[in-house]
Amino acid sequence: MVGNTGWKKFAVISIFLLPNLAGFLFFIGIPIISSFVLSFTSWDLLSPPQFVGVDNYINLLRDPSFFNALTNTLLFIAGYLPTVMVLALIVALLLNRRLRFRVFFRAAYFVPVITSWVAVALIWKWMFNPSYGLVNYFLSLIGINGPAWLQDPSWAMPSIIITSVWKDIGFVMVIFLAGLQGIPENYYEAADIDGANGWQKFRYVTLPLLAPTTFFVLVISLINSFQVFDQVMIMTEGGPAGATTVMVQEIYNHAFRYFQMGYASALSWVLFALIFVVTFIQMRWQKRWVDYGK
Amino acid sequence: MIMIVPFLWMISTSLKSKGATMVLPPQWIPDEISLDNYIRVAEVFPVEKFLLNSIIVAVFTTVGQLLLCSMAAYVFARIQFKGRETLFLLYLATLMVPTQVTMIPQFILMKYLGWLDTYQALIVPGVFSAFGTFLLRQSFLTIPKSLEEAAFIDGASHFRVYWQIILPLAKPALATLAVFSFMQSWNNFLWPLIIISDRNMMTLPLGLSMLHGRWETDWNLMMAGVVISVIPILSVYLFAQKYFIRGITLSGLKE
Repeated sequence: MVGNTGWKKFAVISIFLLPNLAGFLFFIGIPIISSFVLSFTSWDLLSPPQFVGVDNYINLLRDPSFFNALTNTLLFIAGYLPTVMVLALIVALLLNRRLRFRVFFRAAYFVPVITSWVAVALIWKWMFNPSYGLVNYFLSLIGINGPAWLQDPSWAMPSIIITSVWKDIGFVMVIFLAGLQGIPENYYEAADIDGANGWQKFRYVTLPLLAPTTFFVLVISLINSFQVFDQVMIMTEGGPAGATTVMVQEIYNHAFRYFQMGYASALSWVLFALIFVVTFIQMRWQKRWVDYGK
Repeated sequence: MIMIVPFLWMISTSLKSKGATMVLPPQWIPDEISLDNYIRVAEVFPVEKFLLNSIIVAVFTTVGQLLLCSMAAYVFARIQFKGRETLFLLYLATLMVPTQVTMIPQFILMKYLGWLDTYQALIVPGVFSAFGTFLLRQSFLTIPKSLEEAAFIDGASHFRVYWQIILPLAKPALATLAVFSFMQSWNNFLWPLIIISDRNMMTLPLGLSMLHGRWETDWNLMMAGVVISVIPILSVYLFAQKYFIRGITLSGLKE
């Protein structure tokens, strides 16, 4: 076979693979390694980096602002993840029926997904305005005096969570819809014959068969929500009084505001370690509740 | 309703005069519809520059990714050689590392290359995608081997097989990646935030966030800017709807 042996094969591999491989090493591979090395140094970009051993990691464990960022990230996840998954599943179940205007509804849920975070965050910052925002206006219609949302330390994180759920619900819903459409119709027919009601069908047919999809959504959403940043940066910049400072905001501040490249790198590795451990635990745990069939 | 009300309000606000914005209950359809805010936003900030920059960055990133990822994926899927699986695993392993880990050294790299405030910095690092290579490899693997064997017997080169057999057969996967990479690059905020300070080099999301910082209370102006940034990606979406949804479902990744 022509072109499949000896140096010709080598030439083809080089020409096809090298541009990608070289760029990949240069822009992704080496930065990963340098970031790890940097995390053991102190560097402000001006004077040469100083090797400081594990000092960054020790300092980080002593730094209350690190624990604040960690707590806020976990609070975000605790509020965001269950809400977005439950709501998206409900919407997916509704849209999976032969509803009128189904295409319109799907588009309505999906437009926030394709819109940039900056645009969405700006719209919602305006929505949450305490004196002329729509959120408090609607609350006032039902007799509730709304809080100052983004300016109030105890309401700022819930505001970020509401905005994030609103933006991502369409994304999660689409994955659930794909999962729902993979459930064969005859399972429901069998359940009908057994006289199952709507809830029983959901509980004993839909939910177990949707477990692989749910697991997938859970893993992906969890990884993404550890990296929450854009909405926080635009809506609150981590405030008020650090109430919404999340891990990535903390990394950004240390690297590009205080120019502590070493410390920021250490923070980014801690973030990676957290994501890695949590994902690993989920992978282990999935065997107990996800049945892939066959 | 909750899903679309914010968008309706955004459009309505962008068409109002400043005084009409603060009125409650809100006026959904303003008494006077005016395009003043759009004209003003273009006057105070180089919006057409932001738009052009976003288009340039998104188009080149997408084309670059399609070309480089498909070439690498061809090798990973169709040519046997020693160390192939190990190399591919290395690509996949990097998918687990969050972008925050690489962004600091990447910034330093850009600084030393003298690329801060350039198109190269906005485009080049985004062209090398492990995810794209993975997605295309999966699709290339499903193409039957017999097709290219026949071509090789007829004397075709690898280049011809890649260009005339594999790529046309993998069109859905290529379209998925294209749409995905376009959206990601169009909406990217963190990377431009780090490497761009010259306002003539800003992309739309970054430009908008700067507009926001400077004109804190002028919501009419802001919403006009937001509408301008949403319309292009919305048109791309409507045009490529089925690939968007497919791409999201297949990959489960987002921006």
